Amino acid sequence: MTPAASFPSRRLHIVTGKGGTGKTTVAAALALALASGGRRTLLVEVEGRQGIAQLFDVPPLPYEERLIARGPDGGQVYALAVDAEEALLDYLAMFYKLGRAGRALKKLGAIDFATTIAPGLRDILLTGKVKEATTRMVNGRRAYDAVVLDAPPTGRVTRFLNVTAEAAKLAKVGPIKTHSEGVAAILRAKATTAVHVVTLLEDMPVQETADAITELTAHGMPVGSIILNGVRTDPLEGAKVTQAELKRGLAAAGLPADKAVVTGLLDEVRAHKTRLELEAGLRSELSGEPYPLVELPLLAEGIDLSGLYQLARILMTADEGSQG
Amino acid sequence: MSLDIDALLGDGSVRIIVCCGSGGVGKTTTAAALALRAAEKHGREAVVLTIDPARRLAQSLGLTELSNTPRTVDRTTGGRLDAMMLDMKRTFDEVVLSHTSKEKAQEIFANPFYQAMSSTFSGTQEYMAMEKLAQLRAADRWDLIVVDTPPSRSALDFLDAPQRLARFLDGKMLRLLLAPAKGGRSVFSVMTAATSFFTGTIAKILGARLLTDIGTFVSSLDSTFGGFRRRADQTYKVLQDRETAFLVVATPEPDAVREAAYFAGRLTEERMPLAGLVLNRVHTTAVPELSVQRSLGAAEGLEEAELSPVTSGVLRIHADLVAQVDREARVAARFTAAHPEIPVTRVEAQAGDVHDLAALRDIGDLLAAG
Repeated sequence: MTPAASFPSRRLHIVTGKGGTGKTTVAAALALALASGGRRTLLVEVEGRQGIAQLFDVPPLPYEERLIARGPDGGQVYALAVDAEEALLDYLAMFYKLGRAGRALKKLGAIDFATTIAPGLRDILLTGKVKEATTRMVNGRRAYDAVVLDAPPTGRVTRFLNVTAEAAKLAKVGPIKTHSEGVAAILRAKATTAVHVVTLLEDMPVQETADAITELTAHGMPVGSIILNGVRTDPLEGAKVTQAELKRGLAAAGLPADKAVVTGLLDEVRAHKTRLELEAGLRSELSGEPYPLVELPLLAEGIDLSGLYQLARILMTADEGSQG
Repeated sequence: MSLDIDALLGDGSVRIIVCCGSGGVGKTTTAAALALRAAEKHGREAVVLTIDPARRLAQSLGLTELSNTPRTVDRTTGGRLDAMMLDMKRTFDEVVLSHTSKEKAQEIFANPFYQAMSSTFSGTQEYMAMEKLAQLRAADRWDLIVVDTPPSRSALDFLDAPQRLARFLDGKMLRLLLAPAKGGRSVFSVMTAATSFFTGTIAKILGARLLTDIGTFVSSLDSTFGGFRRRADQTYKVLQDRETAFLVVATPEPDAVREAAYFAGRLTEERMPLAGLVLNRVHTTAVPELSVQRSLGAAEGLEEAELSPVTSGVLRIHADLVAQVDREARVAARFTAAHPEIPVTRVEAQAGDVHDLAALRDIGDLLAAG
């Protein structure tokens, strides 16, 4: 039996997945789900794609935490699009009290330079910001009950999360080293952090999921769950369809039942079945992994705000099921 | 406007085809299918440079490991198809080796900054893909090179990252940083105050040891390379040449199409030859006359009357499919409305996954059918 997902037990959720699997959607739905019961969550993106703004249909996000949605029961979802340059200025301001001087550096092109210079300095800054938001306290309580990171895709996520270890190799001493170690520790803390891998039930994403899990665990990152996105349902529940019965049924429903319609529909059913069989095979492949599988349905009309809430509800119930 | 793939593949003056697009849209499969078709239907001597192929697709091309030399794919007809998987680290090593003495190269390889950069620097993969493309072109063994691009954050990275890397390696900033004490007559003299402040800050952040490593690395490269930037510029020029054709690949999803439109705009700006858009994994319906509403209405009617549950099941499957077809058409229209002049070819979604030569041939047929 697969273990339970229990999302609320972690404070930092890192959502990755192969490109095109819907990881931004899943991250947003998870942030909504975790905001239930009057909680407050922060949804963070780091790839400069403004995917969150597009998903919630709001103007591009500035480098600033903004309320973008209400969770069920009065919860709040904030969003932040982290920008490496701004994060560096932030960092300089925080550690070196370089307020305006930081801006002057930017004019010189120095910031652009610094964020490109050291391998992964950019990623160190981005993960650093995530750590800061996760651990931030306001008036003696946590600023956010949970932080959800829309992380880079599976192909790059381990490198992204592990960049602090790389940096430690390069920078033997100095603030980068200290900073990196702090970030590395929280990213590996099982009690705090969970990395969720989003996949479609298709060959390549499933293969990449398995590869990513191997890589993540090899680097000591705590894998949380595997989230199956866009799962098809079977309205036929396995029943066989004959040409004669379909023809009768269509006629009874007052629809055209000529040969073209009947064979056309049967072709569609056949393709649907092929897909379902492939999905079943891939699902059982994934169930061999020692992590909970959470299934989200395919929303044929695409993802809009109501679709996001629908997915959030499913994530919440997946969770209640696991706790009960 | 429909994109004529066979005219493109049959055009002997087109010697490089670059497949771009965001991650997960099927760039690698498209590149492989194009190269295979070019060899088999147009008798071309083609090579496909893949970046990060799915294991089974790689196996179907006879690629079992990263290799830096193309290998001929067996069981193809017509011309010739060679394939390779980019080994980023080894390509970088080769570049270093081909431009410097053995001892110097060893010195560079041993530098921790080089080790980190050659395998993890964001942009290295793009840079090396460009470098490999230049090498394949210089080898002059093929009359068509099909390039798959790295799974970058943005499709634009393929164009920008190499120059960013070159700018860094060749950068004034770096010189400024490494030789700040020259003072007086330096071109930077006007900025002396700001400069020392700047280098101080950078040293504080990165640590002095790292700066030294970077310094040694860059000066050892500098003496032998004659400028990374020039190399990057050269390859960039080839991409602007008429011998190159860009194909933007997208699935009919909002993100992928937005990225494609963005990229198409940029190519036009840079006067790079954009041949067209491959709209990949498009769904179609055999029964367009049954709309979503009509199908769902009928399904509900049957369920209420407790008639033929099988038929209502079929109608629900059909309704879901048509909803997807409609949505995809709306999303694709965003691209065609913004870029009506760009030819498009559509490739229907396959029920199964593509991982053998036969399936690649099918994709080739669909690409050519428009």
